[in-house]
Amino acid sequence: MSKNNIKVALIGNPNTGKTSLFNQLTGLNQKVGNYPGVTVDKKQGVSKLSATQNAIITDLPGTYSINPTSVDESIVLKTLLKKDIKESPDVILVVADIENLKRNLLLFSQIKDLEIPTVLAINMVDQMSRKGISIDLSLLKKELNTEVVLISARKNEGINDVKEAIIRCHVAAKASPLCGINHKIDPDYFHKLKEISPNYSLYELWLMVTQNNYPDTITSEEKEKLLAFKQDVSKLKKYQHKETIYRYQEINKILKKTYIVDKSKATDIRSKLDKVFTHKIFGYAIFSFILLVIFQSIFDWASVPMDFIDSTFAQLSDFAKSNLQPGVLTDLLAEGIIPGVGGVIIFIPQIAILFLFIAILEETGYMSRVVFLMDKIMRRFGMNGKSVIPLISGTACAIPAIMATRTISSWKERLITILVTPFTTCSARLPVYAIIIALVIPNKKIFGFLNLQGLVLLSLYALGFATAILAAYILHKTLKIKSKSFFVVEMPNYKLPSIKNVLFDVIEKTKAFVLGAGKIILALSIVLWFLASNGPASFKNSEKNVIENSENQQLSDVVLQQKIASAKLENSYIGIMGKSIEPIIKPLGYDWKIGIALITSFAAREVFVGTLATIYSVEADDENTTTIKQKMASEVNETGGKLFNFPVGMSLLVFYAFAMQCMATLAIVKRETKTWKWPLIQLFGMTGLAYVSSFIIYQILS
Amino acid sequence: MNTIASLHIGEIGYISEESLDFIPLKLLEMGCLPGAEVQLIQIAPLKDPIYICVNGSHLAIRKETALQIKILKANL
Ligand SMILES: Nc1nc2c(ncn2[C@@H]2O[C@H](COP(=O)(O)OP(=O)(O)OP(=O)(O)O)[C@@H](O)[C@H]2O)c(=O)[nH]1
Ligand SMILES: [Mg+2]
Repeated sequence: MSKNNIKVALIGNPNTGKTSLFNQLTGLNQKVGNYPGVTVDKKQGVSKLSATQNAIITDLPGTYSINPTSVDESIVLKTLLKKDIKESPDVILVVADIENLKRNLLLFSQIKDLEIPTVLAINMVDQMSRKGISIDLSLLKKELNTEVVLISARKNEGINDVKEAIIRCHVAAKASPLCGINHKIDPDYFHKLKEISPNYSLYELWLMVTQNNYPDTITSEEKEKLLAFKQDVSKLKKYQHKETIYRYQEINKILKKTYIVDKSKATDIRSKLDKVFTHKIFGYAIFSFILLVIFQSIFDWASVPMDFIDSTFAQLSDFAKSNLQPGVLTDLLAEGIIPGVGGVIIFIPQIAILFLFIAILEETGYMSRVVFLMDKIMRRFGMNGKSVIPLISGTACAIPAIMATRTISSWKERLITILVTPFTTCSARLPVYAIIIALVIPNKKIFGFLNLQGLVLLSLYALGFATAILAAYILHKTLKIKSKSFFVVEMPNYKLPSIKNVLFDVIEKTKAFVLGAGKIILALSIVLWFLASNGPASFKNSEKNVIENSENQQLSDVVLQQKIASAKLENSYIGIMGKSIEPIIKPLGYDWKIGIALITSFAAREVFVGTLATIYSVEADDENTTTIKQKMASEVNETGGKLFNFPVGMSLLVFYAFAMQCMATLAIVKRETKTWKWPLIQLFGMTGLAYVSSFIIYQILS
Repeated sequence: MNTIASLHIGEIGYISEESLDFIPLKLLEMGCLPGAEVQLIQIAPLKDPIYICVNGSHLAIRKETALQIKILKANL
């Protein structure tokens, strides 16, 4: 079976709907968005073309030509030049946007010259009448000498035609060049190039010369001959220019006969919206307003479902305790797992709201306007307008954000963006912020409509961005890396967000957050619970010691039980661990229990709340079950005041804002920068900054 | 000599043939060809980058790039 699968690669300009088509063909849910550079890595899926024929579809990043200028684009070149039989595509499915067919056909003409069977799918035909476009399909097929299908990936139209065309194209296996670059430019030169090897098409050889990228199958002799062509760099450059112009001439000839735009029928909201969204003053004002609305909603809309989830888990824990047989397993469930998992679930409403807003921004085409507005500012700080996308999508999670930097062509700008992205407030920090804000900031409205807690949350996001930008500036001034900064961004058309895309995006991301955090928390809460309910000899004696202590003789039974539980916890393994780091964190205002939560947070920040939930559950006397928030609010410090008071709260907020507490991010940074140097700099730099800042904040406030 | 950077918002020009060697390949590939019509759509608040429409592509480019591309202004 697998032997007969057709290997199909999806190639096309950015933002033409390749991933949308991929999702339709494979039934998967890869991320779709209305700005160039959503897909930055290869993704594979299986599609059933007919009753007997399957295809392995590979979705690729978008590119304007085979000549790459950034990491994401070079993935396309590598896929095409690979001569490995197992990996090289049998059929290339070029996806083009009907609205800008001319430019899309440039890439098509390059692909065609590789002499691989090619199907052209012209997407977004649902826009045709609105833009006044008409097309002569049968003539276009003839002129391009290829299978052409009109589709609408969003509306699921024409997908079967694509499947049939792939099969026909695979069976026919005919592939002829479209333009034949050699004649018009320098027949002699290209003739000599072709003579180097009969195993490759002329255009493949030309790409090897211009892109310095060779298939594994190339012999050293052939490579040497190719290298000789690289001598005259200015000639190469000139020929590449000529080649592009020649291709456009050919394309224009074809389109003149087959593609008509009636401008009088075209409706254009783009220019009207752009006047507002990219306006000198309104542009920034609207951007700030959008951010404000997002953070207000995170607090305002989420509080009801969150309270509901919190009390449900408290009851669940209660239910487990009173209905299951008392014993070790019940304790583990009621005191370890349920509160731990509840500590993640509770944040689903807030995180989903955040993801919802990001998805809407991404789907409307607004992101690219922000890139446009911010380029000049970002450049002063050693980054690129495109760095805005990682910084904004980093509010969901730093991992995809760091991947998104692949579209930045300058290595220095890209590296700086990678290094500072973890300062943006990711969704894993949200649980920590939310619970601490709820504890130390009063729930008041100011000016009658601004929620004070929402405002503090907004300032924490602002703090994250500001620190990212400041850190970028320092890196910009200290890093001695030479790389040319270049910036061309396509501004996509505005679109109404597809509800399906937005919902899938929110669901996928939320699921990933909950499952990812859930797994760690489940494991950690089991370990924590074990370490908290066991201990050395002193642990076993603690109950006896408390009871025999003469000071405690007059205490009521309830208070005595609490004292015993605390003494046990302090002498458990976890207590001993926490106590041993207490001297280091005391200056920041934290006790040893918070210390434990800090330690576990180094795996992932969001376990902070779960860890405290588990620790406090073990400590609580068994009678009354309270919610996580109530438990935290009722904790007392040595002087008898509230443990989570204003100075401690602020100190914790700042610590979590700055500290590098995410293993997964470090691993991705290692992968994208190919050395441990940068993740280590992040780990120590950020965590050091966190320690010093929290120290200062706490000492000033207390 | 006029360049794309000297256009006013809404104004149209045509890329001159002599710019060919100065246009970065990437821009060329995106449709910024000699002879093509360019319209300046918007200038960012800090005067850079600029937002143009050329050959049907809507692009944001930096001023430094725009300064390299000579144009003939359309006679209105
Ligand atoms: N109107 C319309 N919009 C579409 C259609 N297909 C895709 N889109 C939208 O076009 C935008 C881009 O879609 P993607 O599938 O992410 O495009 P892509 O080619 O994978 O983009 P990159 O990964 O950035 O190269 C999204 O906003 C889609 O909703 C279509 O047939 N009609
Ligand atoms: Mg994509």
